[in-house]
Amino acid sequence: MSRQYETVIGLEVHVELATRTKIFCGCSTAFGGAPNTHTCPVCTGMPGSLPVLNKRVVELALAVGLATGCSINQYCKFDRKNYFYPDNPQNYQISQLYLPICHDGGVEIETADGGKKVVGIHEIHMEEDAGKLIHDEWEDCSLVDFNRSGVPLIEIVSEPDMRSADEVIAYLDKLRLIIQYLGASDCKLQEGSMRADVNLSVREAGAREFGTRTEMKNLNSFKAIARAIEGERTRQIDLLESGRPVIQETRRWDDAKEYSYAMRSKEDAQDYRYFPDPDLTPVVISDEMIREIRNRQPEFRTEKKARYIKEFGLPEYDADILTGTKRLADIFEEAVAVCHRPKKVSNWLMVETMRLLKEREMDADRITFSPEHLAKLIGLVEAGTVNGSVAKEVFEKIFDEDVDPERYVEEHGLKMENDTDALQKTVAEVVEANPQSVTDYRAGKKKAMGFLVGQTMKATGGKANPAAVNQILREILEEKQHE
Amino acid sequence: MANVISDEVIDYVGILAKLELSPEEKEAAKKDMGRMLDYIDKLNELDTSDVEPMSHVFPVHNVFREDVVTNGDDREQMLANAPEAKEWQYQVPRTVE
Repeated sequence: MSRQYETVIGLEVHVELATRTKIFCGCSTAFGGAPNTHTCPVCTGMPGSLPVLNKRVVELALAVGLATGCSINQYCKFDRKNYFYPDNPQNYQISQLYLPICHDGGVEIETADGGKKVVGIHEIHMEEDAGKLIHDEWEDCSLVDFNRSGVPLIEIVSEPDMRSADEVIAYLDKLRLIIQYLGASDCKLQEGSMRADVNLSVREAGAREFGTRTEMKNLNSFKAIARAIEGERTRQIDLLESGRPVIQETRRWDDAKEYSYAMRSKEDAQDYRYFPDPDLTPVVISDEMIREIRNRQPEFRTEKKARYIKEFGLPEYDADILTGTKRLADIFEEAVAVCHRPKKVSNWLMVETMRLLKEREMDADRITFSPEHLAKLIGLVEAGTVNGSVAKEVFEKIFDEDVDPERYVEEHGLKMENDTDALQKTVAEVVEANPQSVTDYRAGKKKAMGFLVGQTMKATGGKANPAAVNQILREILEEKQHE
Repeated sequence: MANVISDEVIDYVGILAKLELSPEEKEAAKKDMGRMLDYIDKLNELDTSDVEPMSHVFPVHNVFREDVVTNGDDREQMLANAPEAKEWQYQVPRTVE
């Protein structure tokens, strides 16, 4: 390849808002209900039904707009986007085209060279999600579940400001963190509560005009996004190098095959014939409402991190990791509120939790144990009820099954063996059974001590207090020496 | 009639609206649409540069709902409207992406 190319990327990010009900009706938005249990005449597009806007949707969209430096359209309204597809029961999607709620903002990201750069946000608009289609291969039909139909979304449209997969990931990461901190969405890519469509074109380095772009859909992990960007960049450069044009089209990424294919081309009319929705009234956002939402903005990562260092005396490294996902920060704060041992809580999160997340190939967002149980476990260790290795075992149970550690320790007889009489007896037996180690120890091989401690721990099922074992052993061995 | 609708336009509108028109219906629709566009042209003769675009027929705004679940599982009734249903879902001809 003789010529140098630059990749130009813009993103359309859809985020499911964390409301209890749908955007235009009182149906639940809970994830995973049995098919069509969360539906009504409004979200299934029955003739004569009328939508009424959920106020919380406006508040959350505003919060995201303000947190990303957007200007607010204080007079905004909804439009109908017309198209036919079975997942869209009204034959139009209610969205915002002419007057979206937020526009002209941006988020700052760090670039590969350590510098900073702002990725512009063109606009943020409110809209409704579509239903879910399942294809039945055997019966040659498709089945529609409208539980998701009408779930509130915001679509965040960026400017074409990104130049690499790394910048795209940095932008998404930042956006996700801001939205999670706001509590506006849980932003789970796997479950589809955050979805990104990638608009990508290439142009010769230094060129002023943009190349023809394609849009890629079906990207449900950061890794898939990075692979799709690399794949599409290569595909477009290959086309240009062989003198063929890039066609403006929507492509679907198949992450298993690492290949994208055209979904719709221009011949399929993409003519949405938008017009204002006459069933919905305009939304007027007062200065007071903006002020209120601004005042309610939570502590974001930078401030939180500074507070963890100052208030809890955490090392910067710990504070950085803990604030890196909203979930970890929440668990940390809730556990500390119960046990008041910030460094201990941090250690459990930084070491054991991270290890288990890695082992189970999980994101921190998917942690389900209650912070209170971690706090209780820390209490048990502090009180000397369990020793360190038992605590790790119990923690794994908390991590996987959210067991109550106090009850678990009780039920499984895991309390630390502090009873000196019983322990004394066990140690004596171990010493008796291992005369060679005793001889070795006497001969100056202090390592033999370690072996005897190990044997004692084993004999007590790992429950003995290691400090007590050490002390008793030493006493017995010294005694024997003096005989 | 000042506006003449071509065959291409009426076919395109037919595709968008998912309508299949017979040759007679096509001719009739072309005439209707032409007249509608004439009427819009007539309206456009008026200078409206000082008039705010209307977004709703009533002078109301901010009609909101509180974020409270009011609907329960009503799928039996909902699916009674479906031409065909299977496993509590609406059955439609297979869609291929």
